[in-house]
This record gives sequence, structure tokens and C-alpha cells, in this order.
Amino acid sequence: MNANVIQRVIQFISKAAGIVLTPDKAYFIDARLSPLLREENLGTIEALLSKVEAGDRRLSARMIDALTTNETFFFRDRTPFDHFRNIIIPELIQRRPAGKTLRIWCAACSSGQEPFSLVMLLDEMKAQLGGRQVEIHASDISESILAKAKSGIFNQFEVQRGLPTKLLLQYFKKDGDNWQISPDVVRRVNFFRHNLLEDPSRLGTFDVVFCRNVLIYFDRPTRAKIFAGIADRLAPDGFMLLGGAESTFGVTDRFTSHPKERMLHIPLPPRKAPVAVPGRAIA
Amino acid sequence: MTYCLVVDDSSVIRKVARRILEGLSFEIGEAEDGKQAIESCTARMPDAILLDWNMPIMDGYEFLTTLRKMTGGARPKVVFCTTENDVGHIAKAMDSGADEYVMKPFDKDILASKFEEVGLV
Repeated sequence: MNANVIQRVIQFISKAAGIVLTPDKAYFIDARLSPLLREENLGTIEALLSKVEAGDRRLSARMIDALTTNETFFFRDRTPFDHFRNIIIPELIQRRPAGKTLRIWCAACSSGQEPFSLVMLLDEMKAQLGGRQVEIHASDISESILAKAKSGIFNQFEVQRGLPTKLLLQYFKKDGDNWQISPDVVRRVNFFRHNLLEDPSRLGTFDVVFCRNVLIYFDRPTRAKIFAGIADRLAPDGFMLLGGAESTFGVTDRFTSHPKERMLHIPLPPRKAPVAVPGRAIA
Repeated sequence: MTYCLVVDDSSVIRKVARRILEGLSFEIGEAEDGKQAIESCTARMPDAILLDWNMPIMDGYEFLTTLRKMTGGARPKVVFCTTENDVGHIAKAMDSGADEYVMKPFDKDILASKFEEVGLV
């Protein structure tokens, strides 16, 4: 693969999805795009790029799918779910009247393990919720990974990573070699396609946003833009959770840490630009 | 150091499990069947047991039932690790006192996840 092709792939994925790839990732590009080339009967990455650059939207979506990372598992990293149970829900319940619906957004949900983990956790917390409804919205840029999430079908490896066996028995049915999560759990999640580079204002206001292990793939200006978009979509007393290797520090002034737990991020209003006072000369 | 007894009639599985669990800072003992495992537990009760189902002499289910009746036998965290992957087997294992269940084949992430689930990682 020559340098020009690598550069065109880097430009494509940066513009389409905001993902930063560097020229030393040629092996990654090759490994991710080779299966797509075979499936589409295309000889080279250059041939694929020519079609995508000429406006082939189907191939463009498939190329984004191939170059995005969908690593996820049930109750990933555990701690954010402990914070959700022990800090976020108790605080929201205290502040929200009984009839108020809580809204949660899993941005970049991949194959659905995160929102499905939240459904199972919320079931455990049913008594604590005091009859409050909870909406779970889950988005991803990849149509194919969303289709997998909506199917609710997981293989044997997937159901063993992070998922306690008692929850496997409670929520899943064996389906051949795979496991099918209860259709009721799938129904309780609103899956939709969303590119984090796009304006999220149509999505409404959320009480909690999970945006974990995705911002590591973006450059700093893009992260700042996404943080601002999320801050605008959060209730003033809402919460954002990031991945273990992610931080708002030095990227945005739109979040501060929760007083009890620095991993929980609380939105701040945008800072107003300084206003010039008329009639005063500045030396 | 947390002591884990790996009970499996396959020397390959014992070797793979040992390598993974030693990487997670466990001290490892081995037994080839349920009877040998009972003898091992009588000599030294482990903190955790990774337990196969189908073994000669005494199978995993019979071993677990016997273990839980032994003095100190309620303490070890028992993770079943078997090729049996139907709901009936999994439910039977959990009902008989297993703390977690691993379906073979497994990898490091799965074992780490299951031992984390029982509070040992």
C-alpha cells in the first residue's frame, strides 16, 4: 500500500467519522479493509477509495464500519456501573419528582452490551426507582453493529465477558451455538444511528450520558466539540461517564468533576466571551 | 497469595488454566479428578476451585456436593469450567453451590472476568 493510498484512507475516516489514524497504522488499515475488498470483489484499496470518493454511500458506510472499533463487553470496567447504582441514580431520584422520566444516552454503544447492562442493572434497582420510568437511548455510527445490537444475539465468548452467570440464566436463552437476550430487554433500548461529529441537539435532554472508550480515537479539537455537544444535551445536574483512559482535562471547560467522584463529570454552561465596554479607550 | 485448585482430567486444560491464573497472581494446585481433588482439599482447603464437570472416578457435580459438606468446604469460590453449555447444566451447577460458570473454550479475559465476579481478581 503506497503512502498516497494510506493518506486518502486517513482523510476519509477523519472527515467521515472524526477518527484519527496515523500513517504508521498501514497494517491496521490493510487488516480491516482486506475482508471488505474480498466481499465486494474489489482488487485494491485504491479501487475501493475511487468508488467511495465518487459518492458510493453504501460502500462509504461499509468502509466506516470496517475502520471503526467495536470492542465492548457486559458491565465493562464495572466501576462506572457501581457509580451509576451508588451515586447517579440516588442523586437523580432525590432531585427529580416521582413522575419524571429519566433519560440515558449510551453514545457509541457498539453491539449493545452497555445499554443492555443498564437495563439489567435498572431491573435490580426497581424498588429504588419508585415507579420512575427510565428511557435508554443508544447510538452508534455503524449500521451493521446497530443491527447486531438490535438482534440481541451474542456468541459464547461475548456472554462470558463481564456477564455474571446468574444474569445469563435470568435474561438469555440458548439459540444454537449463540445466546439470545430477552426481547423485552431489547425493546427497552432505543437504538439509532448517530455520528458523534453531528449536532446532537435533535436528541433532547439527557440525565446521564455514557460516552466511553470512543473519544480516544478523536483528536483534541474534535473531542472538545463532542464534549460541548454533550454538555448542551445534559440537564444542568446531569452526569457524563467516560472510559478509564479518557478525560476532559485540558480539552474542555464544559465539565467539572463530581465532588464525591472525579470519574463522574458534571456539565457547566458555556463561558461567555468578554464584552467590550463602549466609550472606553484601551491604551 | 490466593490459592486455586484446578480440577480437570485434561493435562492441556490444567496447563492452560495454570498459565492464565498464575498470570493473575494465583498460586495453583492441580487434581485430575474429583477424588484427587477431595484429598487435596482435605490437606489444604483452597480459596478457589476451577472445576471440570466430566471426569473419571468422581465428576465435578459429585465433587462439589461433597466439598460443600466438608469442614471449611463452604468457603472456596467454585468456578465450573466445562464443555457442557446448555441452560440445564449451568442451572444445575449454580443450584448445587457453584459461584460462577465458564463454558469451554475460554480465554484469559473470560477467566479474569469470572474470577473478578467472585471477588478474587
